[in-house]
Amino acid sequence: MLPRFWRKIKYRYDLVGSYCENCQSFFYPPRNLCPHCRRRSKIKEVPFNGKGKVLSYTVVHDAPEEYKDEKPYVIALIELENGVKVLSQLVCDPKEVEIGMEVKKAFRKYGEDGASGIIYYGTKFVPASHF
Amino acid sequence: MKVGIVSYGTYIPIYRIKVEEIARVWGESAEAIKSGLGIYQKSVPDVDEDTATISVEAAREAVYRANIDPKDIGAIYVGSESHPYAVKPTATIVGEALGVGNDFFSADLEFACKAGTAGMQMCIGFVKSGMIRYGLAIGADTSQSKPGDALEYSAAAGGAAFVIGKDPIAVIEETYSFTSDTPDFWRRELQPYPSHGGRFTGLPAYFRHVTSAARGLMEKTGLNAQDFDYAVFHQPNAKFPVRVAKMLGFTNEQIKPGLLVPYIGNTYSGSSILGLAAILDVAKPGDRILLVSFGSGAGSDAFSIIVTDTIENFERNPSVWDKIEKGVFIDYGMYLKHRGKIRM
Ligand SMILES: [Zn+2]
Repeated sequence: MLPRFWRKIKYRYDLVGSYCENCQSFFYPPRNLCPHCRRRSKIKEVPFNGKGKVLSYTVVHDAPEEYKDEKPYVIALIELENGVKVLSQLVCDPKEVEIGMEVKKAFRKYGEDGASGIIYYGTKFVPASHF
Repeated sequence: MKVGIVSYGTYIPIYRIKVEEIARVWGESAEAIKSGLGIYQKSVPDVDEDTATISVEAAREAVYRANIDPKDIGAIYVGSESHPYAVKPTATIVGEALGVGNDFFSADLEFACKAGTAGMQMCIGFVKSGMIRYGLAIGADTSQSKPGDALEYSAAAGGAAFVIGKDPIAVIEETYSFTSDTPDFWRRELQPYPSHGGRFTGLPAYFRHVTSAARGLMEKTGLNAQDFDYAVFHQPNAKFPVRVAKMLGFTNEQIKPGLLVPYIGNTYSGSSILGLAAILDVAKPGDRILLVSFGSGAGSDAFSIIVTDTIENFERNPSVWDKIEKGVFIDYGMYLKHRGKIRM
């Protein structure tokens, strides 16, 4: 788990994705090759601004052991302002979430390898109305 | 050369618990605690928040408002008494999350509640010497208290981040520190909760260090209390900063905008600098602000800060008071779960 997580840290800690200059498409997670342009891909790494809205969501009541203390929690399909869709935990009261709700990125803990292990951090989302 | 605060950002977790709710569980009088401490409620972090996440959020707001390239930040110092790791700096996590790159000076600082202002002083020195362009100083905490201890009414979570550099929104014209070996509050290695010297925390610790630092700064600058438009002191409760302000000749009007502790509790390393941020939210060009932090053990850092014209074009919304008013109240059971105090 540790080396795999560490290699992707930049893309988990922030919404750093990729952009194809040839067809103006954004990708997250980032890609090395544009699926539309293939050999004509002109890929550049870019940070996204982290604002978006909820397209769909589900409330998880039956959580895996390591997320038991967060249940019930919301997993949402979020469309960012640049059109990229991401699936992420949306940290809020399940009663608060609705389709179309404006959200923004937040830096949160994903979990940890027990009390003496590494702590995993990354990007989640919160309602835009939470400062 | 004018060096000072180029930008600032703050973060206060959205959850709150009322004094009444804590007092209910422990069979104490909420009224007596509210009138004794001057605290009505405090902030509580979410289950997935800690000092690193609070530091990143405050720093992101500061860098966004500064409108600078994160790669121009040459130093990151995070001051806290609740770093997530005993060994592995919070500053490394902040640097990665902000996209600062790899060439920056960095360390975690620890001096109870004044570690954030200590970081500001280090950044001022680096910028003045020309070694860096911008420095990022953060003070953040998710302070812990033993369930049932008096500290449980005040120990809160929050943080503030300051970008230090040239062409500032507020010039730091002078800084002065007062330090001594005073055992008022401590935590030994591997202990989950701090210990405190009871009555010893008042006169020989807080009041002696805050007044000595403030007076030392005023002597160095030739200023007196009337020369300042605002003052902000470390806020372990609402009684101490109000009393120390009076001792130093400041009025309640001068300290009011920065007195946050009644509504969010003591945010430790975030305390005095969140108060400073709340003052900067409303300050006008030419205003002079006195900031005095306090860290147990013990020491105080005093600063004289003059707001410049640059602040008029600086983004100050959402304000600190906007964030304070956003609270969502939780009960004591949820509070214990949020603070990881339930053993499973
Ligand atoms: Zn393409």
